[in-house]
Amino acid sequence: MDLSAINPILLLASLMVAATPILLAAIGELVVERAGVLNLGVEGMMITGAVCGFIVAVNTGSPWLGFIGAAIGGALLSVIFGVLTQFLLSNQVATGLALTLFGLGLSALMGQGYIGIKAPSFPDWHIPLLGDIPVIGPIIFQHDPMVYLGLLIIAATWAFLKYSRAGLILRAVGENHEAAHALGYHVMRVRMLAIMFGGACAGLGGAYLSLVRVPQWTEGMTAGAGWIALAIVVFASWRPGRLLLGAYLFGGVTVLQLNLQAAGAAIAVEYLSMAPYLATIAVLVIMRAGRAPGSLGQSFHASR
Amino acid sequence: MKINKLLTGATLALGLATGAFADGHEKTKVGFVYVGPVGDGGWTYEHNQGRLAVEEHFGDAVETVFVESVPEGPDAERVMTQMALQGADLIFTTSFGYMDQTINVAGKFPDVKFEHATGYKQADNVSVYSARFYEGRAVQGHIAGHMTESNVIGYIASFPIPEVIRGINSAYLHAKEVNPDVEFKIVWAYTWFDPAKEAEAATVLIEQGADVILQHTDSTAPQAAAQTAGNVVTFGQASDMAEFGPFPRVSSIIDNWSPYYIARTQAVIDGTWESTNTWDGIAPGMVEIGDITDAVPADVKASAEALIASMEAGEYHPFTGPVNKQDGSAWLADGEVADDGTLAGMNFYVEGISGDIPQ
Repeated sequence: MDLSAINPILLLASLMVAATPILLAAIGELVVERAGVLNLGVEGMMITGAVCGFIVAVNTGSPWLGFIGAAIGGALLSVIFGVLTQFLLSNQVATGLALTLFGLGLSALMGQGYIGIKAPSFPDWHIPLLGDIPVIGPIIFQHDPMVYLGLLIIAATWAFLKYSRAGLILRAVGENHEAAHALGYHVMRVRMLAIMFGGACAGLGGAYLSLVRVPQWTEGMTAGAGWIALAIVVFASWRPGRLLLGAYLFGGVTVLQLNLQAAGAAIAVEYLSMAPYLATIAVLVIMRAGRAPGSLGQSFHASR
Repeated sequence: MKINKLLTGATLALGLATGAFADGHEKTKVGFVYVGPVGDGGWTYEHNQGRLAVEEHFGDAVETVFVESVPEGPDAERVMTQMALQGADLIFTTSFGYMDQTINVAGKFPDVKFEHATGYKQADNVSVYSARFYEGRAVQGHIAGHMTESNVIGYIASFPIPEVIRGINSAYLHAKEVNPDVEFKIVWAYTWFDPAKEAEAATVLIEQGADVILQHTDSTAPQAAAQTAGNVVTFGQASDMAEFGPFPRVSSIIDNWSPYYIARTQAVIDGTWESTNTWDGIAPGMVEIGDITDAVPADVKASAEALIASMEAGEYHPFTGPVNKQDGSAWLADGEVADDGTLAGMNFYVEGISGDIPQ
């Protein structure tokens, strides 16, 4: 075994990049679930975002417009879910699963002419001063802007849910929609907005894969990342801080296990491959404190 | 609620309609089960090209159906059963992990012919077919050994099955032959298709000093990662991946299934289909070597082409002794050529490769 081949700085730096798609998708789903809606269509919204972002970025030459396109694409797809579950009161689990299947098919269709094309490059930011700090600079301050935007969204969501009035209303709707309704809050409006936010975030996460991480369009390229995001939301007890920890842990152990394999570590590959899942579940379960929002997954109709 | 019911009804009607259509049985119906999406740009893409070739060759006489991204597991059995029930006469199952499922379903439908790719279990109505990819790997190893400057070659492996291990051994032997200092770093991705993971694996290997990346996974993500890194050589896998040429992609292994698929479909139409075991390489054209670009020095290109020609002529076998196993025990004596049985079940590294094969 030659562990000296592993560069800890590069390892920690790639951890942040590897975690970003899951982080973005998971924070969106967290808000959706805190509003009492269970949207299992994260994978479908991610892949739709991935293809929308790619198409826009290739046609405009601007990755930034690509990300905006991805957010809009993801949000539009989530509106379908919102209308079906909130206004037509369909079953949320079944509709979410259908949304994933639909998203996978739709993205394959939309991406037909885009296979094998290269995305416009999205350069890393070398943040002045901070990026020059030895060790910490290359790990934290030399990434592409989306990594920081992801962190910003996490922080903003945390503050929004904890301190703002709107955040309180959103949580009230998620905890007990009957009571929130009785207080005069518009349950469906709050939930629709949350669902669209979730779709937009999932779209951003998908576009991060197609524009930065991979970077190209391939059918089915999310390959289950949306499901991992869903799982992390639950294991993080619906709290943004723990979600960040979970996503970084998952991304970190994924990169670490590949590094250990390449360095020829004397640990069986099967265990290394399991490690990201085991480590994330173990840590988040041990820390687990919260419970699911009270109205999670239940349909609401004002007449009852 | 109403909309849901309507949608379900519509889907059902659609399913029945296609079923009824197939029952007419005027056309020969050929089914394909794919492990990845047809747009993966690699393995499944080439199988789908084979399907399109069948459609073009037979025109209206043949109808083809396919299901993509079918997981290797119980789900595959459901998909195959569905295809057989819908009247398919011939079904190609195009991944190693469909082996037991193919055998199971074939037992239930004795009148339907099955063709399983890269497996080794045959039955009266199940043929197996594969390509001698290791011949292509020999060419890759040869070029890789010449091209590497760090003497570290990264290898993204998928699952520890004989086909993948053969590829690693063949590439290593031929890289070592031209560059005795070469070292292989092998990462098992445990997936055939996951662009993000493949990109990560490629990046990790590059960070650890590899300047040539060989891949046995199906997406083009490692090519993109190498391109970003700038000075890393790659090879197209399963498909040409020419869009990444002339550099980093300097050559490729192309799987050409079309002639085989056309021949087998013809056999079903003629009623001459028999259970067979086909394992073809460069000579019959099942394995093609994609254009070697000008990024490869002229003398290396010439020697690689000579290697291809010698395999084409049947003069050279990539596993020719003396070759020892990883533990140092003798495998092939001087001049001895590996037999197909050992190759088909290969579960050991050759001498010089470090690390263990996951069991």
